[in-house]
Amino acid sequence: MPYLAPTNRDEAFRFLQSHRPKIIAGCTDYYPSLKQGEVDENLLDITQLDGLRGITRLPDGWRIGAATTWTDIVQADLPPAFDALKAAALEVGSVQIQNQATVVGNLCNASPAADGVPPLLVLNAEIEIDSPTGNRQVPLDQFIVGVRQVDLQGDEIVSAILVPDISEQAQSSFSKLGSRTHLVISIAMVAVVVKPNAGRIEDVRIAVGSCSPVAQRLSDLEKRLVGLSIDDVTRFEFSQDDALAVLSPISDVRGSAEYRVDVVGEMCRRAVLDACSRG
Amino acid sequence: MDAHNTEAGLSFQLNGEAVQVVPSPGERLSETLRERLDARDVKIGCNAGDCGACSVLVNGEMVCACLMPVQKVAGQRVDTVSGLVKTDSVAKGLAERFQDHGAAQCGVCTPGMMVCAVALLREEENPSEAQVQAALGGVLCRCTGYRKIIDAVRGVPVSLDETADAGSAIRRVDGAPKVEGTEVFGDDVAPAGTLEIKVIRSPYPHASFSFGNLEEWRETRGFEAVLTADDVPGVNKFGVIPDFADQPVFAEGVARFRGEAVGAVIGNPEVIRELRPEEFPVGWTELESVSDVVSARKDIAPQLHQDRTRNEMCRGFVKCGDADAALAQADVIVEGAFTTGFVEHGYIEPEAGFAEIVDGRVEIHVCTQAPMMNLDALEAILGMDRSKIRILPTAVGGGFGSKLDLSVQPFLALGALKTCRPVRLTYSRTESLQSTTKRHPADIRLKIGATKDGKLSGLTFDGVFNTGAYASWGPTVANRVPVHASGPYRISDYRAEAKGVHTHCPPAGAFRGFGVPQSGIAQESLFDELAEKLDMDPLEFRILNALDDGVPTVCGQVFEQGVGIKACLEALRPAWETERARADRFNVDAAGSFRRGVGLAAGWYGCGNTSLPNPSSIKAGIKADGTVILHQGAVDIGQGSNTVVSQIFATALGVSVDSLTLVGADTDETPDAGKTSASRQTFVSGNAALRTGETLRGKILRDVNASEDAALKFGGGMIVVSDGDKEHQIDLKKLSVDRDGYVYTSTEQYDPPIKPLDENGQGAPYAQYGYAAQLAVIEVDEALGTIKPIKFVAAHDVGKAINPMLVEGQVQGGIAQGLGMALMEEYLPGRTENLHDYLIPTIGDVPPIQTLIIEVPDAHGPYGAKGLGEHVLIPTAPALLNAIKHASNVRMYSVPVTPSKLRQAIKERDNG
Repeated sequence: MPYLAPTNRDEAFRFLQSHRPKIIAGCTDYYPSLKQGEVDENLLDITQLDGLRGITRLPDGWRIGAATTWTDIVQADLPPAFDALKAAALEVGSVQIQNQATVVGNLCNASPAADGVPPLLVLNAEIEIDSPTGNRQVPLDQFIVGVRQVDLQGDEIVSAILVPDISEQAQSSFSKLGSRTHLVISIAMVAVVVKPNAGRIEDVRIAVGSCSPVAQRLSDLEKRLVGLSIDDVTRFEFSQDDALAVLSPISDVRGSAEYRVDVVGEMCRRAVLDACSRG
Repeated sequence: MDAHNTEAGLSFQLNGEAVQVVPSPGERLSETLRERLDARDVKIGCNAGDCGACSVLVNGEMVCACLMPVQKVAGQRVDTVSGLVKTDSVAKGLAERFQDHGAAQCGVCTPGMMVCAVALLREEENPSEAQVQAALGGVLCRCTGYRKIIDAVRGVPVSLDETADAGSAIRRVDGAPKVEGTEVFGDDVAPAGTLEIKVIRSPYPHASFSFGNLEEWRETRGFEAVLTADDVPGVNKFGVIPDFADQPVFAEGVARFRGEAVGAVIGNPEVIRELRPEEFPVGWTELESVSDVVSARKDIAPQLHQDRTRNEMCRGFVKCGDADAALAQADVIVEGAFTTGFVEHGYIEPEAGFAEIVDGRVEIHVCTQAPMMNLDALEAILGMDRSKIRILPTAVGGGFGSKLDLSVQPFLALGALKTCRPVRLTYSRTESLQSTTKRHPADIRLKIGATKDGKLSGLTFDGVFNTGAYASWGPTVANRVPVHASGPYRISDYRAEAKGVHTHCPPAGAFRGFGVPQSGIAQESLFDELAEKLDMDPLEFRILNALDDGVPTVCGQVFEQGVGIKACLEALRPAWETERARADRFNVDAAGSFRRGVGLAAGWYGCGNTSLPNPSSIKAGIKADGTVILHQGAVDIGQGSNTVVSQIFATALGVSVDSLTLVGADTDETPDAGKTSASRQTFVSGNAALRTGETLRGKILRDVNASEDAALKFGGGMIVVSDGDKEHQIDLKKLSVDRDGYVYTSTEQYDPPIKPLDENGQGAPYAQYGYAAQLAVIEVDEALGTIKPIKFVAAHDVGKAINPMLVEGQVQGGIAQGLGMALMEEYLPGRTENLHDYLIPTIGDVPPIQTLIIEVPDAHGPYGAKGLGEHVLIPTAPALLNAIKHASNVRMYSVPVTPSKLRQAIKERDNG
């Protein structure tokens, strides 16, 4: 039974143990990564597993099941703090890709340019990992440990993304810089969540993608922005701020390292201002 | 596992019918549909979700069939374009609108476009432009520039002509199969299960190699055959220009570029599927390589071809007057060094074909722009008499110059001959990118002078073109560039030299414009600099210096008529004044980092081969039942030669286009209409069609002594000739029938009048030029270095628009390619070998395009028509560069202008 798409969790784990299959979901990263002659004999399709698709409200947050597609995210009724995630969803490849690809798959693929990571980092997302012996939760920034590397054992399956409660007042914004409009891998990406209060920033979270092996939060920058007014943000010297020094972009066909650092500050400013303007 | 997916197979609904298949685990839905269920309307362009050609609906949702395991659709409903157009009213209406607008050119992306548009229109009956762009953003098109697709989906009203003669906007004569999914492209001929060929390629830009025991490996692995250079019975060397033939079918001992073929494996689909190229018994030793022309011209550089010293392939040269003296006398001088990179043609159909032995002859079905040249090349490679070879061009899913060269053809022919069985071969996208020709990267130094009154005074041009490992069309580029590097202007003192230099890169060959888009970037950019120094308006400066009737070109050729550049430039004046003023106002008011810019550029392009004969022949016949058959061998690669040649022929004969029956290109059935290149089909094959039509008409009229003005009606075994108040009836059944079954027949040839170029490039290289001027409006985000094109206005002198709708289609598609070249496209061997790293414009990247059709008739053109195909992208990139200068006051000397490069230039501007 080389291709299995079980509905039952136990069946999935039995197959995982017996056949060591490749775990697949939307397959939009799986097929392009196959080289000529590469054939996986055993595939575990997790998208039919009971309760794995969809977004559910929990007492203390939200649960995004591992089979949830980007289109599901776009269509879901979620508070404004998720607007960044929705905006990212609309920029994942194309509608075809959004209909097939899962958010969790985007995280497990662990590309430095994964569109889903920055918006989920600013939502303080955690990853729920299931195994025959029970489940565990890992903060997203610890789940992705490097380029194409995640904290997932051979007998484990990611079952969901957990997003903790967040204020209805929190606003978010996402921006992706690429060389064309659609079907593009980002040069740089920024996601922010801002909680404005009486014209000032009460709380802010900023994450940047495609500028380091794993997308990351800019916590020093966040601290410096707390308490600032919109006018202050407009004048704030993002590009000069050493808070960006944590980024370590590479030069590739999409853009130089220097360029990435140069523009990401401005992208952060625009994203913060955009989020504030939504309040 | 449910009842739809069992060990015995899985079932689903395909276009409303229950189907059952037994696929392999993880088999892509696209493969199942095409190979097990014969749904060849699902096209595969990249196998990676980058192009969207394979889009289908699963339960009404658009997905890429190449990214979906077929197991996922068990029990589900799958719809493809061929099913939708039969049953779905939305799809039926859309198919009509696609044809009305000319939204399908080559047609290979059309199934994907249509499927996604149907999904959109079911949700939103009257979508906005933005909604169409969002829904179709995942399907790439390389031909149309997308604008007509947007119009077709939105149902923008269209005005086609009632008449169908030369000059009428009519639907493509071959449009229906493209929108219905029944068009047969290169990969659509082979029956499922046909033996497959996989080419083994060099992983290094330069390496020596030797084989292990191939026969033992073949047997162990269960392949049918292995091919190497030893299997080439004739000459293991080909090239589109016989004097420069230098490329082996299979490399012998040394590979000269990454992706060069060294061998091929033939086997059943199941074994080929599991073939890892690295298991092929070949040992490699990587050698020193050069990838740019500067390194390649050094004394110490490795030599690619022994007889080409310092890797120089050839030079082209044009000189008139005394450029240095004129520059010395000039009041104002500008100079600059410009660079461009490799550009990939990026047609959505990778090279593909099928070959079989039929009655002792090898028959090759292949997507090609040049069937007769394919035949010539195979005759030598196979060492076979040409009567034993037949080339049957399939529909071509985009060509733009690259499908002039051989790609899959020799492998197919050798494979069929070696196995004595039918074989097929389709390049993967990566193979297509690695191994087929590219646009030449150029290093250009240019110096131009002018006197205070704004008149040009001297121009020197020195261009070095990276022609890659093999010559391909490099000599043509070297010849064409010096002829065109003046632009369409009067320059009496001129010296231009272009060199082709070999490197260990893929062969650079023909790509829409043969080097002229590169030289145009340099010349048109410096024209703006010159105008600025002279404090003249860039448009008026160009008009002042524009060529005219009776004014010699830099080759000393004088056209007494038909020079349309001034008309093109003048047609832009209203838009130029309005848009410049609007942009200047925007910039005065602009806060933040956004700046608008308006730039313009012109271009010209000689139609047909440069100072070489290039005849076309067109044949037609009338059957005894009255059917009119047109043997139309001018390969239609999406540009519309099937339609244009038919319109010209029908007008000359005096019948309506829809009464014609077309016999497509086939080396057995159609006389040689030459290659589809050099913007020659409307002009050259069009003229042949005109003569054929006139001759045929003359024969009929003579037989009944009718006057020139008589009207002809064919059908029912009769020709009815109405001549004033007289009516003649020719009973065709009473006439004798020739070998082809014709009662009347005619084959006529046309070869444009040209003269050779002397050692200074003086002569008459072309019988006609076409002319163009374009204007681009852009917005620059200076903080990020990004550019958003807002609109284009394009004025093109086509002499006579045989089909205005197709003219617009060419203009829009050419602009999209020029935009890609200017802003995003660069092929880097080993780095951008797929369509997510090599970026071509998407539907969201091409702004509205206003086409101004200018008709300055040419005495040589059929009904006055001039060529157009290549002219369309020549002004685009420099117009964009000039718009950047206007917006942000930075001059970009290198394309593509990626955000990274533009931001750098803006920072340098700000830092003084």
